[in-house]
Amino acid sequence: MATFFGEVLSVYSRAVEEDDEDPEQDEEDEQIRRELEEKREVHLRWSPEVSELLKSGNKLPCREFILAVGHNAAKFLSVYVLTSANWDTLGHASVWNERSRAVTGQSSEESACVFYRHKENPTVMICQVTCYVAEDQLFQWTEKVFDCLQHRELSVTVLSDSSVADYKTADYLCTSSAPFLRSLHTGTFSGQPVCQSLEQPNIITGLPAAVLNHCQVQRIATVVYQCYSDVIGPDSVSMETFKPALTKLAKSIQLNSSPNTDILRKMVKTTDIQSNLYI
Amino acid sequence: MFVPSDNSPPSLEDFTLVMPAVAVGNVGQLAVDLIVSTLNMSRVGFIHTDCLIPMAGNNPYSTCKEDAQELHTPAEVYVAPELKLAVLQIRAPIVQTKSKKFRQLIVSWIKASGFSRTVILSSSHAYQRDDQQMKGTPLRYLATPSLLKASANALKELGWREMERVASFPGLTEANAEPRLCIPGGGITKGLYTDSCSEDLPLAVVLLFCSEGDNIPDAFALVNHLNDWLHLLDDPVSDTLQFYCCSFTSRDLKFD
Repeated sequence: MATFFGEVLSVYSRAVEEDDEDPEQDEEDEQIRRELEEKREVHLRWSPEVSELLKSGNKLPCREFILAVGHNAAKFLSVYVLTSANWDTLGHASVWNERSRAVTGQSSEESACVFYRHKENPTVMICQVTCYVAEDQLFQWTEKVFDCLQHRELSVTVLSDSSVADYKTADYLCTSSAPFLRSLHTGTFSGQPVCQSLEQPNIITGLPAAVLNHCQVQRIATVVYQCYSDVIGPDSVSMETFKPALTKLAKSIQLNSSPNTDILRKMVKTTDIQSNLYI
Repeated sequence: MFVPSDNSPPSLEDFTLVMPAVAVGNVGQLAVDLIVSTLNMSRVGFIHTDCLIPMAGNNPYSTCKEDAQELHTPAEVYVAPELKLAVLQIRAPIVQTKSKKFRQLIVSWIKASGFSRTVILSSSHAYQRDDQQMKGTPLRYLATPSLLKASANALKELGWREMERVASFPGLTEANAEPRLCIPGGGITKGLYTDSCSEDLPLAVVLLFCSEGDNIPDAFALVNHLNDWLHLLDDPVSDTLQFYCCSFTSRDLKFD
């Protein structure tokens, strides 16, 4: 569906199509479907050292896994954590789906989902995801990634972006309240989240939800911090809301509390010209 | 895959399973929410599968501050052991290409758990009814031969109406066109029913014709109708008392 301004929204109907599958499906249809499914598979590409480790049946030792989903969350980590140069790139995940651009080439695809590991403390890992992971790929992404990690003593922190328009509340949301943080955690998470818990009837979807689902059934201590922002595209104020979430992990991760403004400007600038709404 | 929430898997042998089909107006899901909250059922496990779109939220059935912060997932199993009742709640849509796989997963889980019977709560587009379906009550049932062996009399006594088969080509008199079962807007209802027929599972579908909108009254109608058969509650659930329970699950998971 397109709105008045031409943005394309994915709108779900509550009506459900009757699934009238033809039992005698065309062979060709079947083949096309199979090929599509193969193409949509999530691939993890690790550095030679990690590949070797995984090949020998071992898993990546990991105690702290920080996953950033969305531009604000990912750029928050880029600006406040990854600038310290104490991080090795471990690998990346590649995902192809209907929103992947055909021509943009390998480089953008590779940078859309990257894994990093702390040089001095190799049990601390970071993953930044800025690409769209389709509904049918979320489960697979989560299974594949967590299959590479050691589960013992693993604790997961997910930082995620969301629009304040998706936040449901009976009260009037005054404009000064956004951006704000809400948390949701699995049963085995024993700490105290740094912000208010996500109120009913709000829900979390997408990759953070897939990770929560996986960690709930696998009993991995996990907390999701969702930032509700009223700005389209990355902005420094929304990024800062994630700060308290990482101060809890101060033992393993040093936060660069006063980042270089040039870096910050560069991060925010990239999306400046994308909207033609107010030319 | 069923994953118990405790270390010891629950015994569901001979339990009655009630589950929704994600269908028009989410009536089945609302009805299941109503059952879980009214009977104060406790969660015993999850169905963890790639067939459902991931979602997570805090406790939809929270009654006090203490139990509010409890993570809930797209598909969970609840039980009321004293009633020998198990309920599967599904809170998310099925991934489009995986509905067949999901049906297979449900059928094999039903078999493995040893449920004595399964009831699917579902709904169907009211606007696609034919003339005979528009007469009288909007509630219908379907039962597999295996269920009829045990419950044919009970269903007869209730005076329930079976879902009518509709003409394949309305208006045409084709000699060999058999009327067929049609549940428009019913999601996996028909598939699960036909799978259960061929797998010889005792399964019933209880459905309601409705339109999208505020479907809470439909959920009450469906639960009270089901209660006439299963006798889960002494009194019918009342609209005003239980209203709060529907605030979360299905209503807000419609992704619309």
